[in-house]
Amino acid sequence: MGLKERILTKSIYAFHVSSGSCNNCDIEFLDCLTPRYDIERFGIVFAASIKHADVMICTGSTNRMCVPRIKMLYELMPKPGFVVAWGACGASRGIFKDSYNTGAPLDEVIPVDIYIPGCPPKPEAIIGGFVKLIQKINETGKKTK
Amino acid sequence: MKTLEYIFQFLVFPGFLFSVIMGLATGWVDRKVTARLQWRAGPPWYQNFVDILKLLLYKETLIPQGVSRAVFLGMPIIAASAATLVSTMVLVINGAPQTGFIGDLIVIVYLMMIPAVAIMMGAFASANPLASLGASREMKLMLSYELPFILCLVVPIMKSGYAIRLGDIIASQSQGAWIIASPSGVISFCVMLMCVQAKLGFVPFDMPEAETEIMSGTCIEYSGKALAIFKISKAILLFIIPIFMITLYFGGIRLDFEGFVKNILQYVMILVLMIVIKDTNPRVRIDQAMRFFWGPVTVAAVFSAALAFLGR
Repeated sequence: MGLKERILTKSIYAFHVSSGSCNNCDIEFLDCLTPRYDIERFGIVFAASIKHADVMICTGSTNRMCVPRIKMLYELMPKPGFVVAWGACGASRGIFKDSYNTGAPLDEVIPVDIYIPGCPPKPEAIIGGFVKLIQKINETGKKTK
Repeated sequence: MKTLEYIFQFLVFPGFLFSVIMGLATGWVDRKVTARLQWRAGPPWYQNFVDILKLLLYKETLIPQGVSRAVFLGMPIIAASAATLVSTMVLVINGAPQTGFIGDLIVIVYLMMIPAVAIMMGAFASANPLASLGASREMKLMLSYELPFILCLVVPIMKSGYAIRLGDIIASQSQGAWIIASPSGVISFCVMLMCVQAKLGFVPFDMPEAETEIMSGTCIEYSGKALAIFKISKAILLFIIPIFMITLYFGGIRLDFEGFVKNILQYVMILVLMIVIKDTNPRVRIDQAMRFFWGPVTVAAVFSAALAFLGR
């Protein structure tokens, strides 16, 4: 684990993209900022602009209207950047799998690094997901995306 | 030799390097106190250093299409160098009060405005509607807080026998009483605290970069190194403005043991006061802020100046 991984894993700015989610996952992310879970103690902060972000958190079922916008946001994110598929819909389209409106799951649109399943995922599961992301950054090492 | 000494003072101590380290540490105090006030644990002490190093060393710097590169990338550097110059001047004059020149207080006031102007120019240059909205708010905010800010500077100037040298203000306080130990000084200090809150872009006056509303407004298109340099300039201002207030109202930095302990207590008091104001207030609208600064705050500043003229 070099200096680069050490720094990248200690300071994670997360940007939140909602592509047709029911708002449940979004509220659960806000729960992580509350005193009980407080992910700021690990250096994880909400970024307001995609240009400040290291991690793009995608919630929702990736509907057709959102696909070009998700691609654009992925290209706007300064690299090295990572993508988290959040909740059942983000990971696999969930109950909207056969809907006319959802063409492809998120990982066929942009490369996804970590999946956090659940409908919605509990804050404990979210922190667990970030631990997996940190492990992945450490393992991939020098590989930048 | 003198030139080398100046360059050392500007770049290392007490200029750029020292101010950046102290500024980032002060920024951590801000985050930690905020977290404790909200009953959270808060980030570890090295958090701000890690954030800046990440942006400086490893993140891409993106430049939007159709943007003037010189303005877009030059403005962060102008902001950081102006902030560094402020901190160098204030700290050097505090160390040796005779080194200043006539009117250095006015130069410092102007230099403190440059970071805000640079942020505004950079935001207008970044070709983003939200950024230009933030920049226009920054401009209105600057117009509103500069008037009471300069009016309340009149009190220390009058109290120290119409001195516009920072060194003379320090010298007059070392012989007599502190400027805050008078009615006009207290009012002027409170006005300065409000203006500083807006100068640093703290809540309730953070409309230029309202995160939840216009997505960090003025900085929206900045990434990587340019964003890091903007953050550095803000950190330097956060470090130096309480010291500037100590210089004006509490008799400056003392280098003996007892005086230095008092200085630290004053510094922490001013900083925590600013953080508590920041954490216990909601963001106001730009017209409310303007009415606030041009109404009650300016009246209070004029009142304190009148009291100082009468010798109170």
